[in-house]
Amino acid sequence: MTDMTDPLMQDVQGPSPRDLLKRRVKGHLGLLTGVGIVGLLVLVAIFAPLLAPHDPYAQSLMTRMEPPVFLGGDWEHPLGTDHLGRDYLSRLIYGARVSLLIGAVAALISGVIGTAMGVAAGYFGGKVDAVVTFLINVRLAMPVVLVALAVVAILGGSLTVVIGVLGLLLWDRFAVVMRASTLQVARRDYVAAARSIGASTPRILLTEIMPNIVNNLIVIVTLEMAHAILLEAALSFLGLGVQPPTPSWGLMVSEGKNMMLFEPWLVLIPGIVLFLLVLAINLMGDGLRDVTAPENRS
Amino acid sequence: MTDDTLLKVRNLTLDIPVGGGTLRAVRGIDFDLKRGETLSIVGESGSGKSLTSLAVMGLLGKGIKRSADEMTFEGTDLLRASKRKMRALRGDRMAMIFQEPMTSLNPAYTIGDQLIEALLLHRSVGRETARARAVELLEKVGITAAESRLGQYPHQLSGGLRQRVVIAMALMCEPDLVIADEPTTALDVTIQAQILRLLVDLTREMNMAMILITHDLGVVARVADKVAVMYAGELVETGPAASVFEAPSHPYTRGLLRCIPQPGKTERGAPLGTIPGIVPSLIGEVSGCAFRTRCPHAVPGCRAAIPMRGDDVHGYRCVHPDGAISAEREIA
Amino acid sequence: MLPFILKRLGLALLVAFTVSFISFSLLFLSGDPAAALAGETASGEDIEAIRRLYGFDRPMIVQYLEWLFAAVRGDFGESYYFKLPVAGLIAERLQVTMTLGVCGISFALLTAVPLGVAAAVRPNSIIDRVALFLSVAGQAMPSFWFGLILIVVFAIQLGWLPPSGADSWRHFILPTIVLGYYAMPAIMRLTRAGMLEVLNSDFIRTARAKGAGEGRVMFKHALRNAIIPVVSLAAVQMGFMLGGSIVVESVFALHGAGYLAWESIARNDLPTVQALILVFSMFYIVFTFLADVLNAWLDPRMRSS
Repeated sequence: MTDMTDPLMQDVQGPSPRDLLKRRVKGHLGLLTGVGIVGLLVLVAIFAPLLAPHDPYAQSLMTRMEPPVFLGGDWEHPLGTDHLGRDYLSRLIYGARVSLLIGAVAALISGVIGTAMGVAAGYFGGKVDAVVTFLINVRLAMPVVLVALAVVAILGGSLTVVIGVLGLLLWDRFAVVMRASTLQVARRDYVAAARSIGASTPRILLTEIMPNIVNNLIVIVTLEMAHAILLEAALSFLGLGVQPPTPSWGLMVSEGKNMMLFEPWLVLIPGIVLFLLVLAINLMGDGLRDVTAPENRS
Repeated sequence: MTDDTLLKVRNLTLDIPVGGGTLRAVRGIDFDLKRGETLSIVGESGSGKSLTSLAVMGLLGKGIKRSADEMTFEGTDLLRASKRKMRALRGDRMAMIFQEPMTSLNPAYTIGDQLIEALLLHRSVGRETARARAVELLEKVGITAAESRLGQYPHQLSGGLRQRVVIAMALMCEPDLVIADEPTTALDVTIQAQILRLLVDLTREMNMAMILITHDLGVVARVADKVAVMYAGELVETGPAASVFEAPSHPYTRGLLRCIPQPGKTERGAPLGTIPGIVPSLIGEVSGCAFRTRCPHAVPGCRAAIPMRGDDVHGYRCVHPDGAISAEREIA
Repeated sequence: MLPFILKRLGLALLVAFTVSFISFSLLFLSGDPAAALAGETASGEDIEAIRRLYGFDRPMIVQYLEWLFAAVRGDFGESYYFKLPVAGLIAERLQVTMTLGVCGISFALLTAVPLGVAAAVRPNSIIDRVALFLSVAGQAMPSFWFGLILIVVFAIQLGWLPPSGADSWRHFILPTIVLGYYAMPAIMRLTRAGMLEVLNSDFIRTARAKGAGEGRVMFKHALRNAIIPVVSLAAVQMGFMLGGSIVVESVFALHGAGYLAWESIARNDLPTVQALILVFSMFYIVFTFLADVLNAWLDPRMRSS
């Protein structure tokens, strides 16, 4: 009756979801760029001792503020040296470690806190939700930079303190997004179905809720990582974050600031690297959202 | 015949560029509409019936390509009319009623504001006159306490009331043509009949022509003068409502008619008809009869271009001279 | 609408109360505020004297309540460093910060809303791409660095604007751009997304079917609906911006409340820091409260419920 060679019968079925995802990832320039740059910087951070031409802490008063190659310097110090004669490229390379470590661990801590709160609020509702929503409101009302600065000042600036403070402060977006996603999922029929066959709450959370909100979670992890990296740089710039002589990009900008009039590259270089890293992480986060949930694109 | 022809459409074609090709959404539609006449366009979702009406209104989305041999409304060539001319026609001489009363009113403005705007866009009258006209029309569409409704917002009204407001808004300037795109689909069954009755009464009273777009053949039988049946972007059958219902000539039309139960004719317990298969993809070159993938009488000849058969009044597009009606009787 | 306002007000007060407790307890994070205040070289007796002088020897909750009741009356105690009432110090400095905040949010709205609308009207056009680029770059831009670059270019190289200080309106141009650009991406994205959604809605088609022109459709019918969430966001951003003014003020040496906060933190001036955290939080709470009320008033669905 129907003729399968008829052109009208061809291609009525679309591509599979997996094919669609693959196609979207391949076609998403932003995502690919972001992943590329972040991946590169992660490798740089891991292999910093192999890549850095000099010891990032070694001072040399004889070779202070030598210009980078493109401003007439020599290849001994490709990006020049700072006011203490430390090799700028080496400090930049080790600085990637600081930024990425702070970003990743702070996002991990705040992610655990925020996700637990958000999922609990969205799943249990009622009083739990009221309390979590209230806590989110309180947290949002506190000025992040100010509180972080004050706490770091009181406890003393070290890598651990900065990571801890940021981790304990940046959970708000996790809680907001995870709460909304869980609310959405918890109302679906398959959750009711799981409950009706007697699945336990932890089981439902783990097997029904989590897999459906994990896409959103990954997106927020990347965006908050970028947020934490920017905040650490700001704290260090203000002198109340990571303390010298640790190579932090924010600190490098701060140290270069005084010589900005004559040697603007001291400020430019660490700033550009910081900007690129945050940009790449954001591109990755936006890209992940686009390809996993194109309907939520904003 | 030419003098009282309000709308004339010849060979209307709509193409939508999509990733990797062109969606041939509407292909070669012809129809005429006289003053005061009701034409019903029938077809399942995706058949191009809504696009056809939007093409007449000049409200097609960006990127949709419209072409036609002729498309005239009250002597105006719609194909060449300027944007300004189209704006002047829309809402004044031709108006449209949409399917979703819940979302087709602006939530930020009162009913009164939106009704009055419809008049003020086309008539230089004072606000008071416009207001009076709004009250008059709200009463006409059967809304009580019309005066006090003007200050209400859409969310304060029920779906049925909103659709009455949408109808009142379309009629503010007494248009010559109203296009109603599934005006009752989103409403409760009990309200559907009321709204439909209202539309029909008002078009008679104001001597307006109406294009009623629907997938509900029961509705068509009650109100339409003429019927146009669309399938996958093509007109498969067209003619006076009585004639099409009496002697459905295209296999698709007959399939549609079998899908609705008829009191006295359909036996209790007998399965209702369905049309097996799915609508084909319309991307790329589409030739011949699009229904052939689901038609029980399909023959190789269905792939060729098929001319309209029948007479000037009642036509159908089928490769079988009799629309395969004899073959169908044999099976039965 | 009144019940909504009252409920919202209750929430705001409760949040304010909780924040006040947290900002007060920050003082005790170090374990012994007296020791911190006395400095590393102080003897045990000195610390003890300071402890009694400032009343640190009493239970924390008593100290908190005392501080809170005084704060409600506008008394935040005396600055350890300036030896002046904290309230007066902050009031004096807030003028600069408020000016900066208002300029910043205005700059952000005036650039982000038109850009967002234009981007939504023509998706994937050049202007959409420019808007997207600006917002992606803005989100990744460290504001302290952006400020320094602006100083290098516009103050030092070109000499058009002063690099620091707050003596004239010209001093506020660069800080306004830095602070405004911080809030711009979020507002732009929300405007664009809101407009895109609204432009696809049925009532826009209805407006066109009535014969309304494009300008009328865009501004009277679409923007009026899309702007409602933007109002909330602008209020939230304004709150964040005041909190973030600490960075901008330190870069441009603008002696506002943010600068005061930075100085006070560095000087261990705890009463001033506590008061500033509370004041900045209050601004956020008041702004978001006003925004919610304004929002309810703008949205007929909420106004009548």
